[in-house]
Amino acid sequence: MGTLTTASASDDRTAAGPPASPLTSYLRDYWARVRSGEIGSLPAVAGLLALSTVFEILRPKLFLTKANIANLFTQGAGVTIIAMGLVFVLIIGEIDLSAGFTAGLCATVMTLLMTKEPGLPLPHGNSWYVGVPAALVTGMLAGALIGWIVSKVAVPSFVVTLAAYLAFQGVILMLLGEGNIVRISDPNILRLENTSLDPAVGWILYVLVVLAYAAVRILKVRRRAHSGLASEPPTLTAIRIGSLAVLLGVLVFVLNMERSLNPARSLKGVPVIVPVIGALLLLWTFVLNRTAYGRHLYAVGGNREAARRAGIDVTKVRISAFVICSLMAAVGGIILASRANSVDANTGGSDILLKSVGAAVIGGASLFGGRGRALDAVLGGAVIAVIDNGMGSLGWASGTKLVFTGIVLLLAAGVDALSRKRAAAGS
Amino acid sequence: MSAVSSEPTLSLKGIHKSFGPVHVLRDVDFEAHAGQVTALVGDNGAGKSTLVKCIGGIHPVDSGEIRYNGESVTIGSPREAASLGIEIVYQDLALCDNLDIVGNMFLGRESKRGVVLDDEQMEQMAQRTLTSLSVRTVRSVRQPVASLSGGQRQTVAIAKAVLWNSKVVILDEPTAALGVAQTAQVLELVRRLADTGLAVILISHNMNDVFAVSDRIAALYLGTTAAQVKTSEVTHSQVVELITTGGSDSLGRKDS
Repeated sequence: MGTLTTASASDDRTAAGPPASPLTSYLRDYWARVRSGEIGSLPAVAGLLALSTVFEILRPKLFLTKANIANLFTQGAGVTIIAMGLVFVLIIGEIDLSAGFTAGLCATVMTLLMTKEPGLPLPHGNSWYVGVPAALVTGMLAGALIGWIVSKVAVPSFVVTLAAYLAFQGVILMLLGEGNIVRISDPNILRLENTSLDPAVGWILYVLVVLAYAAVRILKVRRRAHSGLASEPPTLTAIRIGSLAVLLGVLVFVLNMERSLNPARSLKGVPVIVPVIGALLLLWTFVLNRTAYGRHLYAVGGNREAARRAGIDVTKVRISAFVICSLMAAVGGIILASRANSVDANTGGSDILLKSVGAAVIGGASLFGGRGRALDAVLGGAVIAVIDNGMGSLGWASGTKLVFTGIVLLLAAGVDALSRKRAAAGS
Repeated sequence: MSAVSSEPTLSLKGIHKSFGPVHVLRDVDFEAHAGQVTALVGDNGAGKSTLVKCIGGIHPVDSGEIRYNGESVTIGSPREAASLGIEIVYQDLALCDNLDIVGNMFLGRESKRGVVLDDEQMEQMAQRTLTSLSVRTVRSVRQPVASLSGGQRQTVAIAKAVLWNSKVVILDEPTAALGVAQTAQVLELVRRLADTGLAVILISHNMNDVFAVSDRIAALYLGTTAAQVKTSEVTHSQVVELITTGGSDSLGRKDS
């Protein structure tokens, strides 16, 4: 920076381009980012592999069986989907402690509208296309209310959602009556968590997903090249597409194998819930990464004042994050109800909320705001499901399970805090 | 440097501003010319920040005239200021650490194709702007701002301000938190901004900075204009006197 001339600037930029192999320089950059605290999904993937290995070694014939792998998906689905919504609230640096009971409340509303039993507070005997939208609207209203109180009245989200946690639990009790369990008989709802796709459909979906991913990746590289921008090396694109194809391929292959222990009833195929989670993952990833709204969410989480000065309606963005969180909680509630075949006063209660927050944080969303992806919820949800399921197959006492789960959550939050400290020290 | 062009880009005449009983600005005159760095100096409480906020549309003025490119204007909001081509780089920069340089430069004004962000176009424009400012200290425009040094952050904030074909750029103490080498870099950048034809207003407490880059100096004293002078025609100690007492020999309050 010796002179004031502007002439040679552009030459300098290109001359300082990547050295010898673009792939190694890319990997070096990645490693540098990891070291400076941007660890992304590394802990979740490592944890997933480590835990699966440990459980497989401890209980060889029980953990990594075909039936159990399919189980992991249906078991973890509810938590994963609630966690996906929580990611939005975590990004703006808030928390929603009521997400679990929001799920329960929405599931209760849906079930009461659809049940054949008379005598409960809501009009009964409706079909799913009344019940499901009602549940989703209930969720959005709950989120709008919480978001409004947090961002307009400026009560900390911790307190507002703690109050909602109690209140929603109370509303569920009032709707259901003490100790009541209401069964779900609608086949459309039950199908979500209790059936699998035809193996052929599984493969068709697989091919479509891999092709779409490849198309998106290649188009992106092309567009960047067309605009004269540096893009990732083709080898890396190939590796990305290849690993997705292999991973999903193995998964579909395993899930398409016969896993029924009863020879009279065949059970194979990808559980219906898997493409449901996949679709939600795609939707929210698109919203967060590719829309201005997504960028504004990150901006509000990163520096609220900067977002305000940039002309972003911070209040609206904050309310919307709570609305999305509660909407996803409603979807999660429907899934939880579908899995249990019923709702009761404890639907969405117990440790569902802690597991969901844990899933988001284990996946890489930050409790300090500004960071989080929809994929984090899926990876973290997988870790939580593996822990749950693995401990079950080990036959641990519930005391041990609780302590172990607590330690894992603390570890995840610790990694989050440390990586943040590291990033702050690096700048 | 260059001679004073006929018409100032921005000129304020007889500006008054009170907050309740506190009369912060009294009959303030101020001019900024294209292609020049105008230093705005004054002690704490002299009204520099308030004046800047009036120009930036954050505070409406009580009375007085603001002329922009020769036309009388009212600036009612930061948006209006931005649409006129007036950008302010605040001292605390207001960058989002978790977004990359492109994300920060385009925050709130993203380019889109339909609902989808046009990242390629934004990245190109960001790169072009940095290149036009001869910024070579930034490795990649895809770096998160968290990984940048103080000087690089200042650079990004300034580049963000000039991205939108702005005509007037106001810099609030851009070197206050920087070391020696980074201060020199940022001052060079300030000079280059003016050389590309912008009217640059530099708020600073540091006389070395003021004399290093400014063409003109406007001194505020207790909410009034103490003097508007050419930097080449005054000495260091005269400016200090203007700041501390409001007058110096032939210079000063009434005869500027």
